[in-house]
Amino acid sequence: MSTDAQDLVAERDEYRYGFVSDFESDTLPPGLDEGVVRFISAKKGEPEWLLRWRLEAFGRWREMQEPHWPHFEYGPIDYQGISYFSAPSKDAPKSLDEVDPEILATFEKLGIPLHERAALAGVAVDAVIDSVSVATTFKDKLAELGILFLSFGEAVQEHPELVRRYLGSVVPVTDNYFAALNAAVFSDGTFVYIPEGVRCPMELSTYFRINEANTGQFERTLIVAEAGAHVSYLEGCTAPMRKENQLHAAVVELVALQDATIKYSTVQNWYPGDKEGRGGVYNFVTKRGRCAGARARISWTQVETGSAITWKYPSCILEGDGSVGEFYSVALTHNHQRADTGTKMIHVGRDTRSTIVSKGISAGQGQQTYRGLVQVGRRATGARNYTRCDSLLIGDRCGAHTFPYVDVRNGRATVEHEASASRIGEDQLFYLRQRGLTEEDAVSMIVNGFCREVFKELPMEFAVEARKLLEVSLEGAVG
Amino acid sequence: MLELIDLHAEIEGTPILKGLSLSLGGGEVHAIMGPNASGKSTLAKVITGHPDYRITSGGIRFEGRSILDLGPEERARLGIFLSFQHPIEIPGVSTAEFLKAAVNATRRARGQPEVDAAEFLRLARERMALVEMDPSLLKRSLNEGFSGGEKKRNEIFQMAMLEPRLAILDEPDSGLDVDALRIVASGCEALRSPERTMLVITHYQRLLDHLTPDHTHILLDGRIVRSGGPELAQEVEARGYQWVRDEVAA
Repeated sequence: MSTDAQDLVAERDEYRYGFVSDFESDTLPPGLDEGVVRFISAKKGEPEWLLRWRLEAFGRWREMQEPHWPHFEYGPIDYQGISYFSAPSKDAPKSLDEVDPEILATFEKLGIPLHERAALAGVAVDAVIDSVSVATTFKDKLAELGILFLSFGEAVQEHPELVRRYLGSVVPVTDNYFAALNAAVFSDGTFVYIPEGVRCPMELSTYFRINEANTGQFERTLIVAEAGAHVSYLEGCTAPMRKENQLHAAVVELVALQDATIKYSTVQNWYPGDKEGRGGVYNFVTKRGRCAGARARISWTQVETGSAITWKYPSCILEGDGSVGEFYSVALTHNHQRADTGTKMIHVGRDTRSTIVSKGISAGQGQQTYRGLVQVGRRATGARNYTRCDSLLIGDRCGAHTFPYVDVRNGRATVEHEASASRIGEDQLFYLRQRGLTEEDAVSMIVNGFCREVFKELPMEFAVEARKLLEVSLEGAVG
Repeated sequence: MLELIDLHAEIEGTPILKGLSLSLGGGEVHAIMGPNASGKSTLAKVITGHPDYRITSGGIRFEGRSILDLGPEERARLGIFLSFQHPIEIPGVSTAEFLKAAVNATRRARGQPEVDAAEFLRLARERMALVEMDPSLLKRSLNEGFSGGEKKRNEIFQMAMLEPRLAILDEPDSGLDVDALRIVASGCEALRSPERTMLVITHYQRLLDHLTPDHTHILLDGRIVRSGGPELAQEVEARGYQWVRDEVAA
């Protein structure tokens, strides 16, 4: 244990929660105060600067108000009822062989057999269960190229200078309520660094999973692509059934320097709650990328089928001249799910381009909002944006809403917006059923067709998974 | 093989079929003619199980069994096919993807092995040739951006792929120019077989010049009022429907 951590433990002796005696235990009791922030930092053996950063975030968070702009209501979140640290027992394993077979079996159930998937598909998997990275593969191979693909905790230990340089540089601690909360209590996550001119030879992938009841997950992802570097990153999320609502407040920061490309794909399938709307994950996520150099490119692709509430706006700050931002999204809300999602494209540099393709599907009593901002700054001469926003409704109790904000301060910019809303027609269903397809297969075929533009942006194996997820998520949507 | 027995059907409370009886034997081609709003398309939709239509009395027997309790997909899998008057567009779903799923759903229901991608493509190319359809349409979204003629040919191509026992062709000639009409009609004629019964709904004799029916029926106000051979169609072409109305009224 570092000296800093020992000091912290000593400090904590005075805390009423009596953390010291619990230091060996793996889950903190519910509650949040400065002691919890210090506990997490100490548990991770973090340097002083990071602790200070967390504490600042925590201080700011306490002064902030929970945002309520989404087009729906949700009950109060009891931040004191959540446990902010939980890890599988024992220390993190050094290799796959040391991974608890039970945990591996869970991953199997989720359809990510680490060994095969990693070997066959050439995917390096950094698996996160309840905050702590339990397995990292392909690290050595990547290391040969100078690529860093680490859990956040490891990165803090091994490359503190890089982490310190970029952490909070895209999403400052004060950015929003949930980002501040994350900064204070994040427990782990992923760090990726691609050196100048290196093209990452494989898709990097992280599977997050919320395992223990009443545990909030606050992971943090930081990806840095140096000049001319190229990386594609996949993030899958799933969570088991719980009666309670669970809070997930992640932060993702991307930094692309000159001529670098970062492609970030998400398939989000957190537990959506039951048919009556009980339980399910509250998914409040801040994702933002910064195209810091000329001709940098950041592309977000998301398939959001889970969570009781989704609140996320993966965004791009297009600083570098000629830089490109993309957002391709499929969001599905069924039963009582609510989603308020979209993007922000902030055009700062000249000749910057952005594309937004949003596909929203509502079924049951699902409510869905597209909320987007296209902002063109004074310097962004020649900036161009294309936005397309389509909604598909299944049944007559669901809803779709669109709030596109456009703010242009340069006369030589082009902003285009197209939107459509349609209902799956009886005629379409009858046509497909007349050809022998069941009603469910017909719906799923129509929905997949509707999403095609987005699915083609996903890496192959993710596209297949996304299709399956939509099918599963739409079960019982008709008839 | 198909028996319609004193069939009464309505849509949203409006009666359309009012005691329609008709019997089709195996391998026969029957033409149904009739003025607008006489119930021709309703007849096609009622046989194939469209959920908007309610059968208030009477029965439909297909190969000896009542199909009234079966959903559209179950009827399709028994081998009942409808060539739509207005084929539906499904954006983002390729014709190949859709049709392969349809072919395999039908094959599974019949206990036949599914076709793989290569075999499907081979079959598809072969049968597209029947209606002189461009194979590149397989990759395009189903019916989206297709011309009227392409849509109609696509229907006959689907019939060729699904090999139905009963094919109901709802105005396969509407909106076609002379060349396209000939292609569609000769495609249908090529698919004529002792194993396949056809019910052809049309307004015009010109389709029947290529696809000669064994029987012709005139549908008027929800009932079959006249039946005959191919010559009945010619008579309608020459004289219209007023004489039939007059005779029925008399």
